Amino acid sequence: MRKLGKNKLFALLLAMMFLVGVMAGCGNQAEPEKTPDKVAEQVTPTPDNPKLKLATTTSTQDSGLLDVLKPEFEKDTGYNLEIIAVGTGAAINMGEKGDVDVLLVHSRKAEDEFVAAGYGVNRKDVMYNDFLIVGPENDPAGIKGEKDIVVAMKKIVDTKSTFVSRGDDSGTHKKEKSVWDKAGITPQGDWYKSVGKGMGDTFRMANEMKAYTLIDRATFLALKDKYQLVPVVEGDASLLNPYGVIAISKDKYPNTNLEGANAFIDWMVSEKGQKMIGEYGVDKYGQQLFVPDAK
Amino acid sequence: MDVIWQGLKEGFLLIVAMDPELVHITLLSIQVSVSALLLAAIMGIPLGTVLALKEFPGRKTLLNITYTFMGLPPVLAGLLVFLFLSTSGPFGYFQLMFTPTAMIIAQVLLGFPIVCGLTARAVMAQPQEVFDTAATLGATRRQASWAIIRESRMGIIAALTTALGRLIAEVGAVMMVGGNIKGETRVLTTSIVLETRMGNDSSALAIGMVLLLIAFLIMLLILSLEKRTFTDERRIQIV
Repeated sequence: MRKLGKNKLFALLLAMMFLVGVMAGCGNQAEPEKTPDKVAEQVTPTPDNPKLKLATTTSTQDSGLLDVLKPEFEKDTGYNLEIIAVGTGAAINMGEKGDVDVLLVHSRKAEDEFVAAGYGVNRKDVMYNDFLIVGPENDPAGIKGEKDIVVAMKKIVDTKSTFVSRGDDSGTHKKEKSVWDKAGITPQGDWYKSVGKGMGDTFRMANEMKAYTLIDRATFLALKDKYQLVPVVEGDASLLNPYGVIAISKDKYPNTNLEGANAFIDWMVSEKGQKMIGEYGVDKYGQQLFVPDAK
Repeated sequence: MDVIWQGLKEGFLLIVAMDPELVHITLLSIQVSVSALLLAAIMGIPLGTVLALKEFPGRKTLLNITYTFMGLPPVLAGLLVFLFLSTSGPFGYFQLMFTPTAMIIAQVLLGFPIVCGLTARAVMAQPQEVFDTAATLGATRRQASWAIIRESRMGIIAALTTALGRLIAEVGAVMMVGGNIKGETRVLTTSIVLETRMGNDSSALAIGMVLLLIAFLIMLLILSLEKRTFTDERRIQIV
């Protein structure tokens, strides 16, 4: 009896696996049929190693930019792009360990160190967006419309207005720290909340606490309708946020997909890639999220 | 391998050095999870027993609901508590968001179904003889029911250890309603997530070791309840 039961279970499992396989197969077949005209006009190349792993920051993923770029890049080059979205610190760490093939990150200093240490090659500027300080409508620190970021940060400290910090060593957190440095302030005290979270979660918390926070424009525009915080400081030159792409060196990690990484970099700085980046978000938010700046 | 060795070494050093920030994080972890466990036990054990022993309409449905909620995803529990406690939610007035209290509430939501459901099962597993024997010895209905609960203590303690395991290791709910604020609501699990996100794998491993050690100590404490009331004669003998 017991043996029979086991066999039955096994058969059932096999049947289920078979079903899943068939369904997956159907799915694959059905997809190209949706756009038959496009398939006909363009032949997608077939690279030797189509698997390409990209580590990038949460902002490119959360803003929806990569969702638009990925299918076009894959169609043009034949690579299969796997996106791992983490903070800049973790993304660079993955690059140092050779776990990914290419990086799209925003922390110029860390990027330069990464290349200097021999981990990265073929670094290129791709685009930039900017950061802004958002805060509650009633503006307890009185900094609405302030153009100088240093003055604004000093006023936040003087009024002990709650400020929420990413506190996660991400590109945005590094930018925040550089702004504090510039103002000559070491932020500490009850008013300064270091939360160690991604941008979306940090924005939600700042909103809940009616606090100030530093946020990248892409995430802000994508989420602003959900929360009540408004832009208070923007436009200062030190709030610009440049993104770079870097391929992982084959000298350090022979198994890395350097051809694919270079194909991704070339595509991102190509006329088409740059045009798509520049146009992204205009229809949805009424303004550009990222400004292409490849040279 | 390097990272693992580094993590073990760092973990050992962290524990020995009694880093003040880590001590704070550890104490808060214990405070939140143990409080939540106690509250879950105070409500869950009596309710589980009633569900097991009392016949009333809807009992089966209630039991099934309890079992289902044993699988409540922590993030969902966190979201529910968030929506209720948020400044724009029904209990926003109390300003509980991003406090340890909010974390305890969320964890009670996770721990209660486990304690209640497993207690019910443990009580139901007792043979009729226990009740009958007690009744024969002249016990009232109430006393006989008490005898059954006493006999179920192994199962109830298992319920408590299972619930504690879930609470102390849980990250989704405390992250959402606590906010992982440094020095205020950061606990061991949220620290591990943060260190991992920052690429500090060895620190994450080190904090993980502290978490396991704490879990081990609390488990010992719960299991000591068992030792005190449990004698060798009941252990199954294989002859």
